Amino acid sequence: MIEVKDVRFTYPTGVEALKGVSLTIGDGEFVAIMGQNGAGKTTLVKHFNGLLKPAKGVVLVDGVSTKDVSVAKLARTVGFVFQNPDHQLFSETVEEEIAFGLRNFGFDAATIEKRVTWALNLLDLEEYRKTSPFMLSGGERKRVALASVLAWDPKIVILDEPTIGQDHRQKENLRQFIVHLNSQGKTVVVVTHDVEFVAECSPRVVLMTGGEIVADGEAKKILTDTALTLRASIVPPQVTRIFLGLKDFGLPSDVIDVSEAKRLLVDYLRGG
Amino acid sequence: MFVVAVLFNEFIPLAVLFLLQLPFVFVAGVKREFLRSLRGAAFFATIIFVFNFVFGYFYQTYGGESLLEYSLTMSLRFLVLVESFSIFFLTTSPDHLGLALEQSRVPYEFTFAFTTAVRFVPVLAEEAQTIMDAQKARGLELERGNFLKRVRNYIPILIPLIVSAIRRSLELAETMESRAWGASPKRTNLYVLKMKLGDLVLVALTVAFLALGVYVRYFVSIPSLTQLIPGFFF
Repeated sequence: MIEVKDVRFTYPTGVEALKGVSLTIGDGEFVAIMGQNGAGKTTLVKHFNGLLKPAKGVVLVDGVSTKDVSVAKLARTVGFVFQNPDHQLFSETVEEEIAFGLRNFGFDAATIEKRVTWALNLLDLEEYRKTSPFMLSGGERKRVALASVLAWDPKIVILDEPTIGQDHRQKENLRQFIVHLNSQGKTVVVVTHDVEFVAECSPRVVLMTGGEIVADGEAKKILTDTALTLRASIVPPQVTRIFLGLKDFGLPSDVIDVSEAKRLLVDYLRGG
Repeated sequence: MFVVAVLFNEFIPLAVLFLLQLPFVFVAGVKREFLRSLRGAAFFATIIFVFNFVFGYFYQTYGGESLLEYSLTMSLRFLVLVESFSIFFLTTSPDHLGLALEQSRVPYEFTFAFTTAVRFVPVLAEEAQTIMDAQKARGLELERGNFLKRVRNYIPILIPLIVSAIRRSLELAETMESRAWGASPKRTNLYVLKMKLGDLVLVALTVAFLALGVYVRYFVSIPSLTQLIPGFFF
């Protein structure tokens, strides 16, 4: 469980990135932290694994303050997948890359062997076991980075902008994968400004702007609230935008899901 | 300043040089960065001091007190050198340096390599920080362990950094070529450096200062600190 209590944080450059943020994420939750660039999303999640320590306030991970523990120790519980996999990849083979984290945490050789195979299969990378990570395509490298973090089975997984630069099929695979992770009891936190992606997963949404949380709740409620989305400078999903314009026809405007939208329209067109 | 500093072995002239450069720091408004570079230099200065002191003692070329002075002087000389370099780099923007080199007819490939290298240092530094964060998040401990282990722990940082630097330079080459870099041997610059009267005066002053330094070194005997103040140190 992650508890954020009135956290303030200012970067050395003087930018006040978090202006008193409070939040609780329970075990097994699926949360999307949203907001436009500069809202403070990445700054906030970097507090979850101790990369950043709050200037004021406190962040508790399973009851322990992040100020009291090193990042490496927190990483055992909180896995953080960075936006750019090239910032992490350095090994000779994908196998080595995945084993890196496991070795750091002191797993014995037999367990490492098992976990590596598990992670490779989980992300469909077994064929690349002995390949150099640098030879892989962008999407494949992202999967390697993801596998290397999941290998040590952290309770909480944070993904920073996982959909950036991915084509539609990759995004869909990723979405299914994230839902699968969550269904296994892992707490999943996704930082994203990809509204369409969030609309398809419908997680709990924490909306940020200007270093503060402006909304926290159901994706459906938040993404269809025009005043809120305007304030946070995000654009509602396309489906929502269509239905917002169809209010005069008696159709509901709190729609984010494509299949629900289809159903409503079909009903309406059939003369319902 | 650099040349004059190397000329001297004595404490007092070096102390003078050190103080002389300080006004430049204030004028240029780079006080904070200057202090930072001094802090880094202090480490090496202490090493120099210790080495000189220890070896001087064993070879017994100097007596007890003047040995102390000598070691101090050598450290001070190092500081003066660092000071002058530091001021130079803190006040000269790499662009101007590049321009100066270019206008002195150094081939453009070299000046470009130089300015680009300098310009990308902060970029690489920031990237190194990100990489460190990413690897720390995978359990990499950078603060613990004996010396050897700590050095090895930096490999996961260096490799991504080098790979990204190479990749970036390749991308840079491509973008530059797409903008016709090197198409024509003649280049026009937006800014052109001109020798102004102030510059000429400064050059003249520098030459004069150097001459003065040489004179003082070889023709004027300066009392060492120990002679001036007996019992200064003990």
